[in-house]
Amino acid sequence: MRELRTTVTIAFNDVEVEAFADETVMQAARRNDVFIPSLCYVEGLSVWGGCRMCMIEIEEDRRLRPACATPVNPEMEVYTDTPKLRAHRKAILELLFAEGNHVCAVCVSNGNCELQDMAVACGMDHVRYDYRSPRRAVDASHPKYVFDPNRCILCTRCVRVCDEIEGAHVWDVASHGADAVLITDLATPWGDSTSCTWCGKCVAVCPTGSLSYQGTAVGEMEHSVSMISRLAVARSRGEWLDPEAVS
Amino acid sequence: MSKARLATAWLGGCSGCHMSFLDMDEWLFELADLADLVYSPIADVKVFPPDVDITLVEGAVANEDNVELAREIRANSKVVVSFGDCAVTGNVTAMRNPLGDPLGILEAVYVNAPDRNGVIPAEPGIVPPLLPQVQPLHKVIKVDAYLPGCPPPADRIQRAVEALLAGDPSRITGEDIRFG
Amino acid sequence: MAAPIDLHEVAERELSERYGFPWRIKACMSTACLSAGANQAYEGMEQTIEKEDLALEARLIPTGCMGLCSRGPLVRVLRRGTDEIMYQAVNKEVAIDIITDHVRDHKPVETNVLDHNIPFFTSQEKIVLENGGVIDPNRIESYVGHRGYQAFERVITRMAPEEVIEIIRASGLRGRGGAGYPVGSKWALLAAATGDTKYVVANGDEGDPGAYMDRTVMEDDPHRLLEGIGIAAYATGASQAYIYVRAEYPRAVERLDRAIRVARRKRLLGRNILDTEFSLDINVRIGAGAFVCGEETALLASIEGRRGTPRLRPPYPTERGLWGAPTMINNVETLANVPTIMRKGAEWYSSIGTEGNTGTKVFALAGDLVNTGLIEVPMGVTLRHIVEDMGGGIPNGKAFKAAQTGGPSGGCISSEFLDTPVDYDSLRNLGSIMGSGGLVVMDEDVSMPEIAKFFMAFSMDESCGKCSPCRAGTVQLHTLLERITSGAGTRQDMRDLEHLCHVVRDTSLCGLGQTAPSPVLSTLHYFRAEYEDMLVSEEATNA
Ligand SMILES: Cc1cc2nc3c(=O)[nH]c(=O)nc-3n(C[C@H](O)[C@H](O)[C@H](O)COP(=O)(O)O)c2cc1C
Repeated sequence: MRELRTTVTIAFNDVEVEAFADETVMQAARRNDVFIPSLCYVEGLSVWGGCRMCMIEIEEDRRLRPACATPVNPEMEVYTDTPKLRAHRKAILELLFAEGNHVCAVCVSNGNCELQDMAVACGMDHVRYDYRSPRRAVDASHPKYVFDPNRCILCTRCVRVCDEIEGAHVWDVASHGADAVLITDLATPWGDSTSCTWCGKCVAVCPTGSLSYQGTAVGEMEHSVSMISRLAVARSRGEWLDPEAVS
Repeated sequence: MSKARLATAWLGGCSGCHMSFLDMDEWLFELADLADLVYSPIADVKVFPPDVDITLVEGAVANEDNVELAREIRANSKVVVSFGDCAVTGNVTAMRNPLGDPLGILEAVYVNAPDRNGVIPAEPGIVPPLLPQVQPLHKVIKVDAYLPGCPPPADRIQRAVEALLAGDPSRITGEDIRFG
Repeated sequence: MAAPIDLHEVAERELSERYGFPWRIKACMSTACLSAGANQAYEGMEQTIEKEDLALEARLIPTGCMGLCSRGPLVRVLRRGTDEIMYQAVNKEVAIDIITDHVRDHKPVETNVLDHNIPFFTSQEKIVLENGGVIDPNRIESYVGHRGYQAFERVITRMAPEEVIEIIRASGLRGRGGAGYPVGSKWALLAAATGDTKYVVANGDEGDPGAYMDRTVMEDDPHRLLEGIGIAAYATGASQAYIYVRAEYPRAVERLDRAIRVARRKRLLGRNILDTEFSLDINVRIGAGAFVCGEETALLASIEGRRGTPRLRPPYPTERGLWGAPTMINNVETLANVPTIMRKGAEWYSSIGTEGNTGTKVFALAGDLVNTGLIEVPMGVTLRHIVEDMGGGIPNGKAFKAAQTGGPSGGCISSEFLDTPVDYDSLRNLGSIMGSGGLVVMDEDVSMPEIAKFFMAFSMDESCGKCSPCRAGTVQLHTLLERITSGAGTRQDMRDLEHLCHVVRDTSLCGLGQTAPSPVLSTLHYFRAEYEDMLVSEEATNA
């Protein structure tokens, strides 16, 4: 039943690879094992394009482009690891670390955190900018989960997975700029939420220790982004539908 | 080749990084052949000496004594290394920062806590006043290399010290710079 | 259905009425003059006309902005057969004197006469603002009496949509919302898009601090905007339109609402406009005054009732806009040019301005100048002409230091570039932008790093928070600027500042973040020494 997809040739860092004509640069990179950092992208969820870690350079294009939202073009020459990109990514990471209160040593996700891994991958060994040290209250009102906004990088994976996969739309962003913050329902405690189904998908996709299970101690939290991706992709292909039932 | 002059210092931290340093075990003997430890909390030297080649600084800058020692280190060291997460990021030491004015915290700890005798310790010249905000070392003095980790495991410290002794701190990369 | 308006007849009637009075007194009732007390002056004149029994002699007309806002309230007195006299700073007493001394006794009130033969007025070329100080914005007849809706009628009864687009294309009109995108091309994109419903959106968000060009059009000549939208919709096949106005412009909202109601009643809007096949409805949408909601994709989200954050393009709004339907966004001033272009032709329009930058541009002239207010000038006049001649130079014997264009997305231009022609391309070459038309002149006392900090604070406050470089980067840029302007900055801070400017510019999602560093980068470019003089000395840094 699956259609045959057209393929085109593109180049990553001067190495030619095959890409599907209807995919994004990010998708082509992942299938071809080319590393492009990202913090908000999750295969299967809608593209958000907010973290800006996946910026790439394209030959004959003056501007940097986000790989997650850039469609593949035949013959395009993509560069993923230029000195400029490296410097910019490092700076964005530093901004993220300075913005919240990311104390790896006491975090439930220590050792299992995409932000922490990203610092390693991007060679970020210190933060040049001033730590903002915002004061943010933890929401531990939910019986099963904890939301710690100190560790939130506003990637909105939780917002999207809850809305697009679970269909509950418990999460959203409130306020703007530096005050932007995730809320549940209409900014009421998560534990009071009448829309939350306790499915835990938000916790599974969280890249940091911002969303965790109640009772997890330092370093114990493990997320499962790939499970969500499998779910989303399988659903989009109708893999679990009974062929008899769909006519 | 003459032996390098190595120092380690301890600012606002838990001394875990120094414990990890000691975890280098028998390599410490090899290190002793390469460098003299001219100042360190584990060497009981009172005054920071001049002409130090490499200083590893553990801990964040949390009080006025820390600032003073940091400046002394900078003035007398060729290479200053932020050693461990507290020096690099502020880390646990800086977790008081979101709470604002340290006085409120001292009151909560020393005055309002039921098991305390109700006074904030104050001994001019002995108990150093806290800074309004805890700072990572590089916000106070120029830092030449960073070795994150809470604490950095012994093998990482060893690789870092080897790189530093070889004069190439750029070798401290990859997993060796993982926070936490 | 009521019969459609007979534009010809209304215009005739309006003209005969207009010249039926020997005296016509036009009082500016625009926002700037109102805040200077225009209401009291108007009442004073109204009562005095009544009291002096001059109602058959003199007609008092409330109008829109006359431009020289710093001298308001402004009043124009026109007498059949003589030159007009313009009055400045008309308070209630002066207003009464104007009626008793000037109108009744034929002796002008010399103390408040404003010479209107000064470059501020004579150097202007008015298209968008041609009805400012002329018509009564609340009367459709007043607009029709000044050839209003003529072009619209001709377009929808006698022209094919492609012909209209061709004229707009040939006129060379570029979008006045900031980017200068060719208007004809954008219209052609929407015309080519397929969809049951297509939308035209007029962008009246006008978030730049100090800018009020679009507000003036919406308040003082609302029918001009409706006519421009009508022509755009006809040319592109749109049947629905929105005007997006910030909530801080209640008078614009009120006047637009009224204009739309009247236009509907007169069959200039709604179904089968003027008994043609063409139907169009226009609705006003009120934004909450966020700068970022002027960005087109954020604006669309806001109209749809969602959070006003930009989204990634492509797809462009002309492919997928409001509720997924093809949508075209044009700035208010852009659309306000359209009726006149259609009336006078592409050739006439493109003869104004310079090649590639045709027509006029409205500027809100502000800052350290003798004359401030709203001006409309042909593209390509020099900055020097605007500053020295029209603006009357810098007051108090001070020297010119810099001109800021483009607001928080623009940059500062130093004195050696005063002879630069003001157009999209020249300003961009200088590291600034035309923007929507804010032009702030600064004298020698102004500190450039402080200006950069001011605009950075604005961008920081207005960032929507969606993308990390803009959300967190503007905060850090502001922190660095604060440290530098407070005298505690180091060379390292300067390096961090400059690098972070590049990061935020290169990686932000929308124009807000991409241009937020511009005020810093341009002042660093032209006034770097000022930053360096503020740094702590090297010795202090090493200590
Ligand atoms: C942060 C930001 C704010 C903007 N604000 C406005 C505005 O207030 N008014 C406006 O017409 N365009 C504004 N724009 C430009 C619009 O996105 C869009 O380009 C414009 O409305 C198109 O109209 P034009 O082609 O007639 O210029 C803004 C863009 C950005 C990035």
